[in-house]
Amino acid sequence: MVGITAGSVAEISSRPGRRTLAAVLTRWTFIGLSLGFLAAVLLAPLAAVFTTALSEGVAAYFRSFADVDTGAAIRLTLFTAAIVVPLNTIFGICAAWAIAKFEFRGKTFLMTLIDLPFAVSPIVSGLVYVLLFGAQGWFGSWLVEHNIEVIFALPGIILATLFVTFPYVARELIPLMEQLGNDEEEAAMTLGASGLMTFLRVTLPKIRWGLIYGVILCNARAMGEFGAVSVVSGHIRGLTTTMPLHIEILYNEYAFVGAFAVASLLTLLAVVTLIVKSLMEWQASRASGN
Amino acid sequence: MQAVSGFRQPSVLPGFGLTLGFATFFLSAIVLLPLAALVLKTASMSWAEFLEVVLSPRALASYRLSFGASLVAALINTVFGFIVAWTLVRYDFPGRKILDAMIDMPFALPTAVSGIALTAVFAENGWIGQYLEPYGIKVAYTWLGVTVALTLIGLPFVVRSVQPSLLEVQRDLEDAAETLGATPLYIFRRIIFPTVVPALASGFTLAFARGIGEYGSVIFIAGNLPMKTEITPLLIVIKLEEFDYNGAAALGFVMLAMSFVMLLSINLVQAWARRGVVAARR
Repeated sequence: MVGITAGSVAEISSRPGRRTLAAVLTRWTFIGLSLGFLAAVLLAPLAAVFTTALSEGVAAYFRSFADVDTGAAIRLTLFTAAIVVPLNTIFGICAAWAIAKFEFRGKTFLMTLIDLPFAVSPIVSGLVYVLLFGAQGWFGSWLVEHNIEVIFALPGIILATLFVTFPYVARELIPLMEQLGNDEEEAAMTLGASGLMTFLRVTLPKIRWGLIYGVILCNARAMGEFGAVSVVSGHIRGLTTTMPLHIEILYNEYAFVGAFAVASLLTLLAVVTLIVKSLMEWQASRASGN
Repeated sequence: MQAVSGFRQPSVLPGFGLTLGFATFFLSAIVLLPLAALVLKTASMSWAEFLEVVLSPRALASYRLSFGASLVAALINTVFGFIVAWTLVRYDFPGRKILDAMIDMPFALPTAVSGIALTAVFAENGWIGQYLEPYGIKVAYTWLGVTVALTLIGLPFVVRSVQPSLLEVQRDLEDAAETLGATPLYIFRRIIFPTVVPALASGFTLAFARGIGEYGSVIFIAGNLPMKTEITPLLIVIKLEEFDYNGAAALGFVMLAMSFVMLLSINLVQAWARRGVVAARR
């Protein structure tokens, strides 16, 4: 303390919270390490998708979508998502209503079961359906007798996608609805609103953004699912290949521009998903700020 | 009023039976019944048959790779995930919000896309691979490639676990410690680390669990050589392609059992983390 008077420049610069050399160095080391790490594992791969897709020019990029099988893959993916996402959304809303609005025995256990598809490897998710509906599966011979195709056909792809994207909407809604509480719904009910009216007019506006994000995330995962669908699809080109499976086929044929062009569509979908998430968080912070 | 009053607490809100009924039915049809089929299929095998598959040298090698690479990737993510979370929470710099939003990219990006993109970057002639090649470091088509893919996949789990807990750290406590002469390292060890460690553990477990089952992002970069760079999920796919349903079911059962163990550990770690947060607030 000798030689440093209170209030002098030397004393102020050594006060906590001031920008000492060490603090500045730490700050830039942390920022540098973070940026370096993220650039290597996250940003470089994302950039690689677009540069490879455009490596032979814009014309070649757009030409790859003119391919018949690529078009079929895109249509199959859209069709699968159009069936899977609404079903999982209805499930998510039902599960969230039952779990968040009521107290009952076995609730925690039910939530663990809903989380199960998160924990299971996508390959196992596909495998279970092959064991059920495959040629040697439990219902295999019955399905063959009745000429119904599940595995290596559209129903299998839909089932596997349903399994994998099962928890997304429910997982997004349950914490949100628990946090919002029951007061307004109870008020609406005691004032004579019907159950459906209460949900549509009171609950739905409050959970709107969470629901939108859950649906968008579910959709992104449904369109992008690879492992589970790969097991049940049979890889029949132009018939049972979804976009991610078509990427694999093109990639293995060294058709890199085509593979990365399809990949760029799914990457854009992921970017849109993240933008919706940011909007949702912005809405939430604005709502809590008011 | 309710016949099932012992089962649930009464409420004026309607729709319990309908929503719970539908949710349980859908859950059973889509998730539980198929998983039960896997367990039953495995149960129909004899012990000798089961053990022959799951303890075969090729299977053991695949567990080693799946577990080893997931463990290394989860450790890398614990270190760098903390650094990234710290940077995002504590420092302001241009582009911080965009970077923060991009952390979730591996959640939203299809695994096949991350797989081919990482391979492009880390291959011998790739943007990063070409600088590692002169040092004899091969990433693509080795176990290192598997680890890199699992690092990308696990990153958001650690960052998103740690971020809220870093916000919990009491800044005035840090300032007080500093005025009392504590070194930054001491402050980190005694104030910051204890608050964050449950979240780190929880993020580590989530990333590790996810890594064991991961398929899409790994197979493109792994090389897929039997005994060397073949992960367990790929071995299941190979068994299925050979129409060896029993073999596939046995390995699938092992992976399902691992998932249950991981799910249990995640719940335990998170319960412990919640207790830790409560204790820190006191």
